Amino acid sequence: MTPFRWSIPLAIFVVLVAFLWIGLGRDPREVPSPLIGKPAPAFRLGKLHAPNETLAPSDLKGKVWLLNVWASWCVSCRVEHPLLVQLAKANIVPVYGLDYKDDPQAGRDWLAKNGDPYTASIVDRDGRVGIDYGVYGVPETFLIDKSGTIRYKQIGPITPEALQEKILPLVRELQQ
Amino acid sequence: MRNLTAAALLLIATLVSAASMEPSPGAALDARLKKLETELRCLVCQNQTLADSNADLADDLRREVRELAISGKSDDEIKAYLVARYGDFVLYNPPVKPTTWLLWFGPFVLAIGGVGLWWLILRRRAKMAAADTTAAQARGRKLLEDDASGA
Repeated sequence: MTPFRWSIPLAIFVVLVAFLWIGLGRDPREVPSPLIGKPAPAFRLGKLHAPNETLAPSDLKGKVWLLNVWASWCVSCRVEHPLLVQLAKANIVPVYGLDYKDDPQAGRDWLAKNGDPYTASIVDRDGRVGIDYGVYGVPETFLIDKSGTIRYKQIGPITPEALQEKILPLVRELQQ
Repeated sequence: MRNLTAAALLLIATLVSAASMEPSPGAALDARLKKLETELRCLVCQNQTLADSNADLADDLRREVRELAISGKSDDEIKAYLVARYGDFVLYNPPVKPTTWLLWFGPFVLAIGGVGLWWLILRRRAKMAAADTTAAQARGRKLLEDDASGA
C-alpha cells in the first residue's frame, strides 16, 4: 500500500519532466516540411545576372544540387553566407540561389559585396515560387537529388554542424 | 451653364455614393475569405491566424488564397493546397489522424482517468470511514456492556 501511494505522483512527475525536457529541446519555428521525398516543385525563372536566361529544376536533372533561398534584405542570410562561399569554393555540390522577394539590383549589389557562391541565382520577385516550396523563413536550403526529389530541407541559416553532419554526407550518398 | 455643371456634378456624386453603398459582388467572397483566413495559420508569427497577421508572407498567402478562391477552388481544396506546401501546421484546427490522436483525445483520457481516480479514492475513504464507525460502535458497545456488568 505504502509504495503504491507515492509511486503514482512520482510516475506523473517523471512523465511531465520527460515531456517538458523534450519540449525544451525543440524549436517551435522548425515546421517539418511535407515536401521532403516529393519532387521539387517546377518553376521557370529568369536568372539574376542574365535576365534573358531562365532556369528550371528540370534543367538540373541528373545532378545533385542545393537550392538556397536568400535575399539582400535577409539578415540571417549574412550568417550562413561565408559558409556558402566556402562550400562553393570546395566545389562539392552546385548551389543555386533563389533571390526571394528582392529587388534584383539590390540582390546583385549584395552578392558583389559579400561574394557570390551561386552557380546561378534566379529571381522570385513576388514570392510565388517561395510559396510552392513552403518557404516561410529565409534563409532556407533544399537538397535536391538526381531525380529531382527534395531530400533535405534546412530552415534558417546553415550551421557548420548541419553542413558537416547532415548535408554533406547526404550529398555524397546521393552523388554515388 | 454653371448651374448645369453643378447639377451634373451633383448627379455624378450621388451616383458614385449610391454605387459605393450597394453591396459589391465581391462581398460574399470577402466574407468567405475572412472565414477561411481565420482557419489558417501564419507561419511567421505562429500564434496568429492569416487574417490577423501583418507579416509579409501572410500578405502573400492571403493573395494566393484569394486567387485560388476566384479561380473556383473550394475551401477544402485551398486548404489542401497550403497543407501540401506547409504541412498540417498551417491549419489552426489540426486534422484527426493517428499522429494527432494524443492531441485530440488525450484531454478526455486524462479527464476520465481523473474522475476514475477520484471515485476510487472516495470509495476507499467511505470504506475506511465505515470501518472506523463500526470499530467505534463496537468499542462504545463494549464500554456500555462493561459498565452494565460492573454496576
